[in-house]
Amino acid sequence: MEVFVVSLLNGLVYGMLLFMLASGLTLILSMMGVLNFAHASAYMLGAYFAYTISQYIGFWPALIIAPVLCGLIGAAIEMWGLRRVHRNGHIAELLFTFGLALIIEKGVQMTWGLLPVPYRVPELLDFPLFRIYGTQFPAYRAFMLLISALMFGAIWLGLTRTRIGLVIQAALTHPDMASALGHNVPRIFTLVFAAGTALAGLAGVIGGNYQVTEPAMAFTMGPIVFVVVVFGGLGSLTGCFIASILMGLIQTFAVVFDVSLADLLAKFGYVVTKDTPFAEVLTVTLPRIGALLPFLMMVLILVFRPRGLMGTRDT
Amino acid sequence: MSMLRRHSVWLLALVVLLALPFLFYDWTKGRHSGFVLTLMSEIGVMAIFALSYNMLMGQAGLLSFGHAVLFGLGAYCAAHVVNLVKAGTIWLPTELVPLAGGLGGMFFGYVLGWLVTKQRATAFAMITMGLGELVSAAALMFMGFFGGEGGINIDRVMDTSLLGVSYSSPWQVYCLVLAWAFIAAALMRLQTQTPLGRIANATRDNFERAQFVGYDPRMVRLLQFTLSGFFAGVGGGLYVLIYEIVTFDTVSAAKSANALLAVYIGGAGGFFGPILGTIVVVLLQSGVSLLSNAWLLYVGVLFIVMVMYAPGGLIGLLFMHVPIWRIGRLRELTLPYLRAFPPALLLLLGFVLLVELASFTTIGAAQGKKFAIAGTVIDTTAPLPWVIALAALGLGALWMRREARGFRERWDVLIEDAKRRGAVS
Amino acid sequence: MQPGKWLTALFAIAVALASGSHAWGQQTIKVAYTDPLSGPFAQVGDANLKQMQYIIDYINAKGGALGKKFELVPFDNKSQPSDALIALKSATDQNMPFIMQCSGSNIAAALIDAVNKHNDRNPDNRIIYLNCGAVAPELTNEQCSFWHFRFDLHAAMKAEVMVRALPKDVTKVYLINQDYLFGQSVQREVKNFLGKLRPDVQVVGDELIPLGKIKDFSPYITKIKASGAQALLTGNWGPDMNLLIKAGVDAGADLRYYTFYAHLAGGPTAIGAGGDNRVLAVMSFGENVAPETGNAEAEAFTKGFRDKHKFDFSAAGFRTIFEYLQAAVNKAGSVDPTKVAFALEGLTIKDFLGFETTMRKDDHQLISEYFVGTFKKGVKYDAEGTGLGWATSATVLAKDIDQPNTCKMKRPKS
Repeated sequence: MEVFVVSLLNGLVYGMLLFMLASGLTLILSMMGVLNFAHASAYMLGAYFAYTISQYIGFWPALIIAPVLCGLIGAAIEMWGLRRVHRNGHIAELLFTFGLALIIEKGVQMTWGLLPVPYRVPELLDFPLFRIYGTQFPAYRAFMLLISALMFGAIWLGLTRTRIGLVIQAALTHPDMASALGHNVPRIFTLVFAAGTALAGLAGVIGGNYQVTEPAMAFTMGPIVFVVVVFGGLGSLTGCFIASILMGLIQTFAVVFDVSLADLLAKFGYVVTKDTPFAEVLTVTLPRIGALLPFLMMVLILVFRPRGLMGTRDT
Repeated sequence: MSMLRRHSVWLLALVVLLALPFLFYDWTKGRHSGFVLTLMSEIGVMAIFALSYNMLMGQAGLLSFGHAVLFGLGAYCAAHVVNLVKAGTIWLPTELVPLAGGLGGMFFGYVLGWLVTKQRATAFAMITMGLGELVSAAALMFMGFFGGEGGINIDRVMDTSLLGVSYSSPWQVYCLVLAWAFIAAALMRLQTQTPLGRIANATRDNFERAQFVGYDPRMVRLLQFTLSGFFAGVGGGLYVLIYEIVTFDTVSAAKSANALLAVYIGGAGGFFGPILGTIVVVLLQSGVSLLSNAWLLYVGVLFIVMVMYAPGGLIGLLFMHVPIWRIGRLRELTLPYLRAFPPALLLLLGFVLLVELASFTTIGAAQGKKFAIAGTVIDTTAPLPWVIALAALGLGALWMRREARGFRERWDVLIEDAKRRGAVS
Repeated sequence: MQPGKWLTALFAIAVALASGSHAWGQQTIKVAYTDPLSGPFAQVGDANLKQMQYIIDYINAKGGALGKKFELVPFDNKSQPSDALIALKSATDQNMPFIMQCSGSNIAAALIDAVNKHNDRNPDNRIIYLNCGAVAPELTNEQCSFWHFRFDLHAAMKAEVMVRALPKDVTKVYLINQDYLFGQSVQREVKNFLGKLRPDVQVVGDELIPLGKIKDFSPYITKIKASGAQALLTGNWGPDMNLLIKAGVDAGADLRYYTFYAHLAGGPTAIGAGGDNRVLAVMSFGENVAPETGNAEAEAFTKGFRDKHKFDFSAAGFRTIFEYLQAAVNKAGSVDPTKVAFALEGLTIKDFLGFETTMRKDDHQLISEYFVGTFKKGVKYDAEGTGLGWATSATVLAKDIDQPNTCKMKRPKS
């Protein structure tokens, strides 16, 4: 029971972090069709900016300033780079963001060095909020949950209650039609790209001290974000939310259950020994492949239901 | 005689490639440069890999992020086959080891392809990405087939050669690689002219229409994927012969990214594009990386510049000149090119100097390296090198803009003329 | 545009090939060094390179060997065996007698094999492979080679040191390791030595995690707590280690962490003050060993590095390598790899910390002392500016780690 509750909490926290990161990418991918490989780089930049700002001013200003900086960078990339590349096709855009990711990583290495930087949780939040069955639940995790929930609420409100939000929603599902109706789609694209990048930056500010802030962090967080976006489905923010939480919970709970295919076969009376063909594969326990389950799920859902969970159109 | 003329380019290439290593032959010691031969063999293998990737991306319009899976699995199959030959269980001439790799690649191409080709476009790309991650992780976990972290190693001196060659020297391996590269390239070129190749082009251009004509795009994708797997496996088999070891990095995302880079930089769709791109990419990776820490940054910048100004790749750039050449006025571009050359050089040197200075100051200095150009050590703390770099960059950029404008005018005039004379297809 | 790109390509070709084909004179003793210097593991190669350069400068100041200075020639292998093999080819083209490599047993395995074959096929242009950190036990057992010399204790030996350092009051342990050859070796060896040396200890959990994929270790910490373990034994390195300990400290788990690599660059920063007196690492060197044993010369040496660079000096082993090289070259009277190899094996040297070390003849494995460091406050030299540092809590002497080996080495005639 204890394990279940603690795992639930931890899974939720990780899932919400994924959501913060993936929401921006869903917006960008759904509206512009751009597979933005530089998205995780924005996450990394957010963390590094927050580290530097919190060294000079403090964590709380960094919470505002760092995402804004990331958003500005995103806007600049879109206006002077992506827009020109857009007419060359999706592959060109993808490669453009890929090149950008390489440059940003190298830039970060040159500016902050190759080693991890000591970006720590602010002292105000560095205490255990409560003890559950003997395990501490740090207040910072609760803060992360709070910020991500607020963010989700803000996006939802922004998309459903403001005029620009309605236009964005329309462009999410029917970009050509929205353009045909006379809306300034390029400007909306810039806005969405900047907003998505800012969201990734915010995720970086929050997540950078939860994880380790180092130049390789973009490279490690990158693939899972794509999985979440695709699994949730294009054009649906709710789908993205559900997918993130699901992925977070699955990865967390997979660690708990020490079962393997061999155990399953044993239930049917078939014993797997060292000489059984594919013994190595059959004896793999769930925790060992926990981190790979999202990819497996993505492959399966794309093969059988390319829409994703709640997508409005096929990937 | 006309057959010789038609294939003269291939013959010329063969002669040049055979002769090139001798430029670096160490006459005093009577041996070839192992480094050069290995690098050229690597280019050969990667060229086959890039061409097989072109079958997917350029011919069939399928962007795959996990192509290295087929390459690596083919390599592992070839390695196991060689070990079986060494143990005496089966017999296979050394020359046909790449074929074993190819058959392995084809098998996995079909099995994995059955799953992967159910979708197209972005979904296809994402499935290949997921598959790539899964296979790379599996390659580390399972010892039996993949040999874990240490991989599978072989001894290529198998004494089963059809020609009586021992393949102990890099030169012999290079010749084998060259032979297979030509065979594979020729076969892939022929494949583009088969009905399958043509329909693959059709599904790339307009898949709905291809369906209406009566072809099942899914089957086309599957067959193209399988064949592409065959050639990737051939590359994998050659890789095993060159390095005598195959480890999990052969199925990694980085290897797949190499293929994507090579094909895009060279120019997708065509035939010589991927080969050209491979040469550039391998030299950047294995050549420039020996000189500079910042080579990844150069790759990124190269990408961005290519994507923004030359989306057709290097070959695309070359082919843009064809209409002008057809009307015989190519000569008129020599002066504009010559005029654009110095500012381009200045711009490039300024940029490289700036990046190297920055990289050196932040990373290289502490590593004990000295910043030296052509033997003279430069003090990076003094402002002078920085000023020179920035000045070169700025001047080069401004001058380039002026020359580019002039170049553009000349170009437009010539293209207009070509259009009028019907030389533009 | 186009000329620029062609120029880059041509430039790269020209310089790459020029550097490959030039036959250098032998004024310096060139030591090739290959490790990842770019990409996700760049920090490893970078840290090693800096320490090595410092050591070489020191050794050269003491006269080098046979009156010649050592020169380090780095090659970036981007964590790929094929690039390491290309670096090997470049090194042999330039007749370099030695190649060093520290990071990655897969690359080490590829190098051993390639060096064997090269030396077999080219007896006039041999090269010795000095292994400064690839610790899979197989490399000096099943895959042992006359031309390979390993200068760091292998995983089985480190596992024994770790088990020996386990205090008497710990009776329940949990094992976590990375799911690949090295991690699986650590898992096997730790269980092996626990069975032999500490039969009173119960292994309450034994996990393998996919390499570099886990971002959140809190579920593992939950599981570990539920099992009642008092200590966590792990061979993890890099983010897998940093995040694991961070998760444990954050959850307030009452655990002690016994690691292989917590002391390497990035570890102390990630652990932070919350890890006070909880984290142990087995290490070839800790910066506080010298002041603790009163060795002023060694202390001045490591302090010199700390003052010059912004990070800690952890690679005393590298200095041992060069001292061995120096001694072997002087003993053999030449830089010829075959002669040096024969001179190296069986050599005994007192390392700069004052302990006896041997390069074992049967398998070319260095047998040296090893330390166990505890991360705590109140030490003379702190780690990465965190205020806490590694205090030596145990020293295991060379003669106590002299484990048997299964190497059947084939020696060349001369």
